[in-house]
Amino acid sequence: MSIKLEHINYIYGEETAYEKHALKDINLEIPDGQFVGIIGHTGSGKSTLIQHLNGLIKATSGVIYYNGENIYAEGYSMKELRSHVGLVFQYPEYQLFEADVLSDVCFGPKNLGLSEEEVKMRSLEALHQVGLKEKYYDKSPFDLSGGQKRRVAIAGILAMHPEVLILDEPTAGLDPKGRDDILDQIAKLHKERGITVILVSHSMEDVAKYVDRIIVMDHGCMKFDGEPKKVFEHYKELESIGLSAPQVTYVMQDLKEKGFDVDVHAITVEEAKQSILQVFGMKVKKNGSEENV
Amino acid sequence: MIRDITIGQYYPTDSVIHRLDPRTKLVWTLAYIFSLFLFRSFASYVVATVLLVTVIKISKVPFKFMVKGMKAVVILLLITVVFNLFLIPGTTLVQIWKLRITYEGLNTAVFMALRLTYLIIGSSVMTLTTTPNQLTDGMEKGLAPLNKIHVPVHDVAMMMSIALRFIPILLEETDKIMKAQMARGADFESGNLITKAKNMIPLLVPLFISAFRRANDLAMAMEARGYYGGEGRTKMRPLVYQKNDRIAYAILPVYLIAMFAAKKIVGI
Repeated sequence: MSIKLEHINYIYGEETAYEKHALKDINLEIPDGQFVGIIGHTGSGKSTLIQHLNGLIKATSGVIYYNGENIYAEGYSMKELRSHVGLVFQYPEYQLFEADVLSDVCFGPKNLGLSEEEVKMRSLEALHQVGLKEKYYDKSPFDLSGGQKRRVAIAGILAMHPEVLILDEPTAGLDPKGRDDILDQIAKLHKERGITVILVSHSMEDVAKYVDRIIVMDHGCMKFDGEPKKVFEHYKELESIGLSAPQVTYVMQDLKEKGFDVDVHAITVEEAKQSILQVFGMKVKKNGSEENV
Repeated sequence: MIRDITIGQYYPTDSVIHRLDPRTKLVWTLAYIFSLFLFRSFASYVVATVLLVTVIKISKVPFKFMVKGMKAVVILLLITVVFNLFLIPGTTLVQIWKLRITYEGLNTAVFMALRLTYLIIGSSVMTLTTTPNQLTDGMEKGLAPLNKIHVPVHDVAMMMSIALRFIPILLEETDKIMKAQMARGADFESGNLITKAKNMIPLLVPLFISAFRRANDLAMAMEARGYYGGEGRTKMRPLVYQKNDRIAYAILPVYLIAMFAAKKIVGI
């Protein structure tokens, strides 16, 4: 049970003046239940990459296996693949069209050919999971705020009960609270349902807190792939491709340079706090008196 | 998928044709189209072919691109040819059962096919080598005298350039919306006409909403930058005829005379 990409290449507008090699020989395996972050600057190929995963874009060359089956094989049902691999696009405006929120969420499960009760049950459950209040269910999706629209869009995919949930910049354009709410909600889903989550973002801060693994894209290539701690060790290279490590990484690196024995692998504020307190705690003990640094 | 539509889309490269004043290209294209209708003879069409091939060569646009535009009209072309071929009365050439091909029919069919093909390729040479903005600039300046009889030339040109500018944006948006809905299991391909039309709703509603929002935003952005119509508006790059344009205009009568002469002298 996994997604596996072998030598995926994708070229936009092949043989035209607008030709662009968007993905270059991508080899990747995402096992079940992983929380993966895909990071890259604008135009690095991250959105193109995720659209391959549910067959919306067909690779120019290369093979993709979902649960061991070649998705490009003849007779493979893309519709079925899309019901297993849910993709939420960056702009909820691209998918909301119904007169009220609940009907809009129902669109996905309805397309799966489920019974009416099942559709409604799943939709209500999904709306509940994304934390949208019940009073909005019969409102027009166009009257909602940006954050609420995004929740509806995510619920629209969740109601299809995907095994893999891909989110393309789910926090773009949201205020800090809306961003944290949505990411917390997604992390909760990951934990409760055990689904694979792939989070696309260009904010390291967002990603560092939640994911098990980070994939860094640069000009259509996979630049780094590994645990967040390992990837952020390359913070200087990340900067050179227009990204950055979380801010605490910089603080910790600076402290280390100044001679404090802190853990430079701390990637969240909480971890950094622990590490710094530990260092000072030891110092206090050594000198036997309180020192104000 | 939808991105593949390339009829007359600007092909960015640097060539003598690309650098010509849009007015020159407009006049030439119109003259070329007229000449195709005016001089209906094989000899003239040879001249027209020579010109077209030469211009395509100079424009540095791959020939493949020109032909791509033809794909969209292949059906129309076939229908025209078939109708002309079988339905024009005259001297019978071949007869199969009740279908009769006449000499006149064959003649008309060939001319129709050639004329349509040249028409489309000829005008796509213009659109492939001229950005939409240049084109509307050219029209605005070329039609400026109409201002005197109160034709709102500037406004029409502005509307046209905005409309043209939005075609690729809306196409791209359609593509994105289609994908977003396909990710939710939408099906835009199968079913009969009525189901198909019904299945378009999840595509059309977001598309219209986004188009209106964009129009609104654009109007605001234009007003915010002080746009209030064409009066007293100057250009950042005013159109001025260069040496190449004068040469192009000088060739035009030569071409027309050649077409005329070819018809008169050769006679077919």
